[in-house]
Amino acid sequence: MGARIAYADVEVGTELPAQRFPVTRETLVRYAGASGDFNPIHWNERFAKEVDLPDVIAHGMFTMAEAARVVTDWTGDPGALVDYGVRFTKPVVVPDDGKGAEIEVSAKVAAKLDDDARTVRVDLTATSAGQKVLGMSRAVVRLA
Amino acid sequence: MLLPAHAGAAVVHPAAPQQPPPVEQTRREAPKQQEVAPMALDKSFEGRSYPPGRTYEVGREKIREFAEAIGDANPAYTDPEVARALGYADVIAPPTFVFSLTFREAGQALQDPTLQLDYGRVVHGDQKFHYHRPVLAGDRLSVTSTIDSIKSMSGNDILDIRGDVYDSAGEPVVTAVTKVVVRGPESDSAEGK
Repeated sequence: MGARIAYADVEVGTELPAQRFPVTRETLVRYAGASGDFNPIHWNERFAKEVDLPDVIAHGMFTMAEAARVVTDWTGDPGALVDYGVRFTKPVVVPDDGKGAEIEVSAKVAAKLDDDARTVRVDLTATSAGQKVLGMSRAVVRLA
Repeated sequence: MLLPAHAGAAVVHPAAPQQPPPVEQTRREAPKQQEVAPMALDKSFEGRSYPPGRTYEVGREKIREFAEAIGDANPAYTDPEVARALGYADVIAPPTFVFSLTFREAGQALQDPTLQLDYGRVVHGDQKFHYHRPVLAGDRLSVTSTIDSIKSMSGNDILDIRGDVYDSAGEPVVTAVTKVVVRGPESDSAEGK
């Protein structure tokens, strides 16, 4: 409804402003509380290592939420999102070292889908520590 | 290979907290437990639907809490005036907010004792949402979960669980499809890759 990017102003290949999202243990504890996902692999290092993870890892859904922000910040209207899907390919490992991790997200318009509905497909790339953490990450969004 | 890297995929917990079935408790204690290899899941469960559990009432403060947890300061999540200016009746929820509901309800399928799925070996492979409209504060939502498909691949079982989210008028709000991979015992050796 209120997207501030006009369909007419966008071309295939248009890049959305990329963003970096920091993730610390505190971020994960907060997300666990807000989302209700208290899986100990997201806050308990001992448990994470017992199940053969390198360390505590971020919630996949947290990473998915951060990646979406590149699209919703671009359009301004999060309600303009029509479809959004990702594949979880690698974990975002979050060490307890005072710095944590960072998720880098870039995105570009991959297709203009429907001139009447003014929908475009945006393909996203999310990496952390040089590893691709999301695959097949795509959003369909309705523009102004 | 179609599978997500197992060690990499987001691990689905043995448990949305609201669900207390006993099966899950044992899994929580012993996620690594090596049991006798389960047979591939019964494909006859494809298409099986589970009726909505309790209705979820979406609150402004819960949306605010979630938006803060993902660090998203978009005022459409917290300021009703901004949301109204965008054309919504109240503040809207961030796109992935609804997963808390759909995943809780997917537990009905994943923890269906007759399905005999080893919940401790489940990882979250893919997640998709289709939005009919954004979730709004004040919505009273219910979710019908359906097992869309069961596939066996390289010793793993792969399930698509669809959650159809409806408002109190019965209108569709969001469809969420959660792909989970149930790692077979032989995939353990590959875990460190």
